Amino acid sequence: MNMRHRNSAWLIALTVFGSAGYLLLADCDPRLLEIVGLSLFVSLSALCIGTLLGLPLGAWLAVSRFPGRTALVVALNALMGLPSVVVGVLVYLALSRSGPLGSFGLLYSPTAMVIAQSALVLPLIAAVARQIIEDAWQEYAPEFSLIGIGRLHAVGLLLADCRFSLTVATLAGLGRAMSEVGAVMIVGGNIEGYTRVMTTAIALETSKGDLALSILLGCVLMTIILGLNVIAHALRTWASRRYG
Amino acid sequence: MFPLRISGLCCQPNGRIVLDGLDLELSGEGISVILGANGSGKTLLLRLLAGLLPADGGTIRWGGAARPDGRLAMVFQQPMMLRLSVHANVEFALHPQGLSAAERNARTNHVLARVGLAHRAGDCARLLSGGERQRLALARAWAMRPRLLLLDEPTASLDPSATEAVERIIREIRTDGAKILMSTHNLGQATRLADDVVFLADGRVQEHESAQRFFARPQSAAARAFMQGELPWRIAFDH
Repeated sequence: MNMRHRNSAWLIALTVFGSAGYLLLADCDPRLLEIVGLSLFVSLSALCIGTLLGLPLGAWLAVSRFPGRTALVVALNALMGLPSVVVGVLVYLALSRSGPLGSFGLLYSPTAMVIAQSALVLPLIAAVARQIIEDAWQEYAPEFSLIGIGRLHAVGLLLADCRFSLTVATLAGLGRAMSEVGAVMIVGGNIEGYTRVMTTAIALETSKGDLALSILLGCVLMTIILGLNVIAHALRTWASRRYG
Repeated sequence: MFPLRISGLCCQPNGRIVLDGLDLELSGEGISVILGANGSGKTLLLRLLAGLLPADGGTIRWGGAARPDGRLAMVFQQPMMLRLSVHANVEFALHPQGLSAAERNARTNHVLARVGLAHRAGDCARLLSGGERQRLALARAWAMRPRLLLLDEPTASLDPSATEAVERIIREIRTDGAKILMSTHNLGQATRLADDVVFLADGRVQEHESAQRFFARPQSAAARAFMQGELPWRIAFDH
């Protein structure tokens, strides 16, 4: 598929999903707007936390050499496939009344959902960032070593140098956060008007047999993910023209 | 730091003997050019001197010391370019020297002007042409004020005008007091730049002479063959 056809396919998909989403939101049902708003808040908060911690962690792992590093890299890669329900159970145990963080009273709150999604997103972003930065590091290491660049400075330079490639890592994290259902269901409880997000609402409405609402919510979800991907793709294309 | 004395240097990357008991002594002035056929170990020697690889045997003494006490810089055949501005690609290399931001900025602007890239200081380094990239790499090395500058075929794949610009910069860096040790395949460039020539073959220094003497009358058969444009396999085939 050439570039023009690929762009057309993106536009058609965006228009179809966007129109469906618009039709739903045009009703201005405050409950739906609330669900969409909370979904975005939880996922973007988790993405921010995952990115702020995951990128430096991945960069540090890429430039560091210490005993056990390989095992850590393998473990981090394995955590990319961590089942969300497992994360949900672990966060539930930590936040439940008898758990170590029970005194904060966070269970069944949006904060608990942000914590669970952050735990899912962080290893994914760190693992992808580690691979991207390690490839750059192998190219730059001889000159950095001769110049006398320290590890911390190297981490900063590599993060700046790979900033456009690292959008892939953050996009992967966003995709995981937005589409996740198991963990937020367990730690959020799917409480209407408080912790109900798009994925948990879709699961609930489907089980109730309201497929139309499920499909429309799915369209909104897809539109958001597709829109963000289009923006990221455009940014990457612009950056490769502008910065080489 | 000088004289730089190399004794019995051996290196076998991937089990293949490339340097086999190499001896060499270099003074701290001028431009020394390393000549030799592909695979003769020119780049390997430069990387060993830069400390980027461990030797399998032999010693390198820097004015009697095991480590160089002056600054050392190297420009690679394909220099690294960060996806940052031309200015930032020089400036970052001055951070480890503990200079203030104003000093780093002033020194960066100075060297960029000297290599003719001041007008491109804000452009992205990855968008420069091959010749401009090599000039930027030289500016980065120059800004570090090295005592020894190692150049690994700095004009390979450059056109004549870009080559001329790079050679002018190399001469200016020498005038600034840096010792330059460079490898090249280009006999014309060696004639134009070299104060002395080190000819490598069979993992050793076959000749180390002043440039004038080397080009007037090469002593070894390998050097004579190299200058006549004959390759080792060709000699073996003919004989």
